[in-house]
This record gives sequence, structure tokens and C-alpha cells, in this order.
Amino acid sequence: MATLALEGIRKSFGPVEVLHGIDLDVADGEMIVMVGASGCGKSTLLRLVAGLEVPTEGRILIGGRDVTALEPAERDIAMVFQNYALYPHMTVFGNMAYGLKIRGLPRAEIARRVQEAADLLGIGALLDRRPRQLSGGQRQRVAMGRAIVREPKLFLFDEPLSNLDAKLRVQMRAEIRRLQRRLGVTSLFVTHDQTEAMTLGDRLVVMNAGRAAQVATPMQVWSRPADVFVAGFIGSPAMNFLDATLTHGGTAATLRAGPVLPFADGRRAGPEGMGLVLGIRPEHVLAAAPGEAGEWEAAVTVVVELAEPLGSETVLHGRLPDGEELTARLPAAEVPALGGAAQVSLALRLPAAALHVFEASGGRRLDPVA
Amino acid sequence: MPEAPAPAPAAASRRSRPPRDWNPIHRVSWRTHLWLLLGVAVFCLPVWITLVGSTHDASTIGRGDVPLLPGAQGPENYRVAWLEGGGRFRTTPAWLMLRNSIVMAVLIAAGKIAISLLSAFAVVFFRFPGRMLAFWMIFVTLMLPVEVRIIPTFQVMVSLGLVNTMAGLTIPLIASATATLLFRQFFLTIPDELVEAAKLDGAGPLRFLRDVVLPLSRTNIAALFVILFLYGWNQYLWPLLVVNDQSLQTVVLGLARMIGNGDSQNEWNTIMATAVLSLLPPVAVVVLMQRWFVRGLTETEK
Ligand SMILES: Nc1ncnc2c1ncn2[C@@H]1O[C@H](COP(=O)(O)OP(=O)(O)O)[C@@H](O)[C@H]1O
Ligand SMILES: [Mg+2]
Repeated sequence: MATLALEGIRKSFGPVEVLHGIDLDVADGEMIVMVGASGCGKSTLLRLVAGLEVPTEGRILIGGRDVTALEPAERDIAMVFQNYALYPHMTVFGNMAYGLKIRGLPRAEIARRVQEAADLLGIGALLDRRPRQLSGGQRQRVAMGRAIVREPKLFLFDEPLSNLDAKLRVQMRAEIRRLQRRLGVTSLFVTHDQTEAMTLGDRLVVMNAGRAAQVATPMQVWSRPADVFVAGFIGSPAMNFLDATLTHGGTAATLRAGPVLPFADGRRAGPEGMGLVLGIRPEHVLAAAPGEAGEWEAAVTVVVELAEPLGSETVLHGRLPDGEELTARLPAAEVPALGGAAQVSLALRLPAAALHVFEASGGRRLDPVA
Repeated sequence: MPEAPAPAPAAASRRSRPPRDWNPIHRVSWRTHLWLLLGVAVFCLPVWITLVGSTHDASTIGRGDVPLLPGAQGPENYRVAWLEGGGRFRTTPAWLMLRNSIVMAVLIAAGKIAISLLSAFAVVFFRFPGRMLAFWMIFVTLMLPVEVRIIPTFQVMVSLGLVNTMAGLTIPLIASATATLLFRQFFLTIPDELVEAAKLDGAGPLRFLRDVVLPLSRTNIAALFVILFLYGWNQYLWPLLVVNDQSLQTVVLGLARMIGNGDSQNEWNTIMATAVLSLLPPVAVVVLMQRWFVRGLTETEK
């Protein structure tokens, strides 16, 4: 168990820089989830921590000790790979014991640790089997077991659940979380799945093209995304983005589609007419009440292009008069009957309180001036 | 439907041919079996004739008869072949030639496998300057078998004083890359993650070789051993050149030497007995190793 610190980590493969300076402090026992689109450098970062790659620049400290120049085996870490990477010719016991054997632990100690880990994971009965005689979920557990028996300072997970079917994935997700809490081992978990990220992490690192776009708790990432990328990446269906300009002395935004929306949380600094992007999550869009829109709302009308009923709710994909797309997630009861060839127009309300304000240039979140 | 348009009946009949009144499987299998039996005969007859020949006395075969039934001289022929050798000069006894051949073939097979395995291991799992150059240089040796470089190789063996030694017999044959390419292709299929998992487990390169690569290569090694053993066993030109000491005679060469140039009668009975004996080790290797790699192939582990 230990802290982990990354200081200005850069990594290039040949002329291509993949990581552009990552800083991160991980507390003892914390579970950090790195989430981002495929190819944004998550695995590379994990492999740098593991010592399987050498950073081009920057330092890695585990428990305060600079390990940047150390071999993987000297870093006291354990890693769970996406394809599990079990030794195909060894039994489950052999797989879990191999690392301990190399370290020269006494036989009895090895047997004890393996048995303990196997019981913890519910694979005690499988110790004599070979990996190919196991199901995907069982292999996953063996891979976890191999990490656990090492009693490392740091667990590294590289998309360990992505080869499992949906149901098993949910189950293993909960189990990994329980185990990590119970063992209290500092962990880095890489995934491209936002649900996994939200449910597993104490904190998330949302990665965008080799940069950490935001490092925060799941709820902060969801409620106060740092920029347009994070806002669009976390949440399903994805957040709506509408073009707007800063008006009324910084106290309101005028949508390109027409309506004016006052800021519920305060004035924004910036020149009149500055370009903005307003974000609003589909679940925050409301069906229009009969009558006028309230003071802290903007009324818009969309032409419905697609309705996806989910049972209790319906996701509507519509288009504003100026051509922008707007998705709304409404209770099924509030959605009028749609059908036939005729285009259906629907009045919706955008509540000011649910608004996220971003600068149009750069996409940074624009917070109210205090 | 008598008035149907012309193409229709054709199409219909193609689709609904009357069921065949004979079972195609029986007919095919009858023919197949005939061919197979013929093939078996073609392959077995020479072996049978050799076997039968080794049980008659020298004069029976010398007369030009080709007996098809075993005679009574078997035990005596095999005793002579095994202990004394045959041919005009009472050459090397079969037990010694067989021993030489087995030692040579095993050394060549094992040596080639060891060298190929290590060089493929280096080329696949390590990054060092000139790695691809090294690989291509190894690869080029494939185009230079002993037969091609026989004069310079002989020269080298003479300078090293290795003529008429087992080392001189085997080393030049070991030094080519037959199996490097095969091992390289196989190693490339070992997932990177497996290598990395071993690194994280603290396994150094040699440990990884011993604990992971070798066990995974088991079936490849078994298959290659068979092929390379036969390659070594059947060597003719190089042993002919580098060995003339009777005590290092190999059985393939010895057999050829037993047969004279026509000045006198060949002792076909002893020659055939030696030939039969010379078949046994390769057959044994194939049979034993086959078990090994068939088992390995049926329970694939990757
Ligand atoms: N060994 C390598 N050599 C060259 N490029 C690499 C190497 N490893 C990763 N990359 C590149 O780095 C980028 C990030 O890869 P990766 O970290 O695997 O992404 P992620 O895990 O987020 O999907 C990709 O564009 C990939 O092509
Ligand atoms: Mg990845």
C-alpha cells in the first residue's frame, strides 16, 4: 500500500507524442479510474507506471520513492491485463504462485497465500485446472488472484472487464470494488466505459488525446465537467451542446436558436457577444408546461426525428429551428403519441439551473464570477 | 404442365433429380480402398523384399531370385550383421554404425534445436542494435547448406583438426538456421501480455525461456526433433567426406560401402539385415515423438 505520484509524464513513440504531460497524485488506498476514448493513451500511462515502458520525460513515485528507472519487478506492483495473460501451460495454482516462487517465498507461505486469495475470489475448487478449462469470468478471477497474492503496493487494471459479457461485467465490477476496498490497495483502473468509471472510481481521470482533461470525483465530473470534452464524454445519452453568445452584461446567454437564458448561478465575465457553448443534459430538458415558460427557463420547439422508448422514459432526438440537435429524456407519460409520416413538433423547456456554460473557443468551463 | 416455357423443365429437372439408386458413399469408398491398397503395396513391397531377403542365404539372392517368403537364415544373418558387419571387407559391425548414426542424428537434432531456439528467442524478445541484420544473416544460412559450402567447410575442419571426429561430423551440419524461422514464427504468436506478465512476476529472460517459452514450444520441439533427426540420420555427403575412420562409420554410409562395384558377389543377406536394422531407430523416433506431438496438438494450449 502506498501513494502514487506522476510528475509531468510525457511519452513519445518515435516522433509521435502520445502523452503530453500528466500530473497526478493518488492517495494511499485510493481507486483511480482513467477513462477516455480508445487510443487516448490510457494503456500507455498504465504501462509507464508498471515499468513496461520508459517515460520520455517526467517522474513516477510510488510510496514517495522514485521508481522511474526501476524494472517492473522491482516496483512491487501487480497488473491485470485485458486478455488476462494467464500462463496457458500452468495450472491455476501455478499461475498464482509463479511470482511468489520467483521471489523465493517458502512453499508453505505460497500455498497459504494462494489458498487465501482463491477462497476470497471463490476459485478454491479450480486450483488444479488449466486456464483453457475455465470460463471467461473464472479466468478473470484467476488474473485477479495472481495480482492479489503478490500483496503489492499498487494494483493496475487495464480494461479487465471488457472481455466479459454484460451481466458478468456488472457482477465483477462490484466485486473488484469490494475487494479493493477490503484490501485497501492503491489502484489504477483503465476503462473506456463510463459506467465502469463512475461506479468504480474514488476519483476519475478523464483523458483526452494524451492529456488529463479533468481529475475529480465521479459526481464532480458529472455535475461540473471541466470542459466540453468531459461534458460530452460522461453521461448517457450525451449532453446537448447549443451555440450561444454572452449578452445582458454577462448575466444571460442568447441561444443561436433565439431564446434568451439567464444564468441561474451568477454573472459570467467576458465581453458582450462572446461566443459560448451551453450544455444541458437530456434528462434535464423538460416537457413544456401549458402556458408561458418561466423566468428561469427558455422555451424551444423541436421537430422530433427519432423517439427511443426505454419503458418508463423516452429519449427524443429532435432538431431546433436553426438546425441544432437537441436530445431530451422525458418520462414516457409526458411524450405525446408519435407516429405516422407527419413531422411532429414538440415544445420543450430548458431550465437555467441545469445549464453548463463553456467558452466557445477552447471549450473550457466558464464559472460565474464570485 | 405441358405448356411450360422451354427453360423451365430443364431447371426443374436439375433441381429435382431422381434419387440415386445406389449409395454414392459405398461406391466411392470401394474405389478409394482399392487405391489405398495399391499405395500400401507400392510402399510396403520393397520393405517386405528387404525383410525377406535378410532371412535367406547369400547365394539365393545372388542367383537373381527374388524370394517372397521368409527363409531360415534370419538369426544367423542378423548375428553376423550386428556383430561382424558384412560386405566384401567385413566392414564395421551394425551395432557400432547404428550407435554412430544415433549419436550423430541426436547431436544434430538437439544442436540445431538449441541454437535455433536461442537465436529465435533473441531475435523475437530482445531489442538490440542490428537485430534484423542478425536475423537475416541467420536466414541466409538457409541458402547455404553444407553441400554448397562443402569445400571451405572441409578446409575449416581440417585446420581445426576435426576431421575424423564426431564434432567434425556434426558441427557443420548444426550450424544452419533450419528451425530458427519456425521458432521465430511461433514466438511471434506468444502474446506480448504474457511476456509482460512474466516481467511483472519478476522472471528474467532465462527464467522466462525456461518456464514459459520452452513449455509452450514443447510440441514444436517434438515435431522438429523428428524432422531434424531424420535429416541427420540420412546425411551422406558430409560423413563421406569428413570421416574415413571405420569406427566412426554411419549406417547410411556403411550400407553403401557394403555394396561392391561388381568385382565380386555382394552379401545381400547381411546387407539387407543391416538395412532392416538401420530402419529401426528412425521408426522408433517417429513413433515415440508422434505420441508426444499428437497429444500436444490435440490439447492446444494457447
Ligand atoms: N509501442 C507503441 N509504439 C507506437 N505507438 C504506440 C505504442 N503503444 C501505443 N501507441 C500509440 O499510442 C496511442 C495510445 O495508445 P494506448 O495507450 O494503447 O491507448 P488506449 O489504451 O487509451 O486505447 C495510440 O495512438 C497508439 O497507436
Ligand atoms: Mg488500451
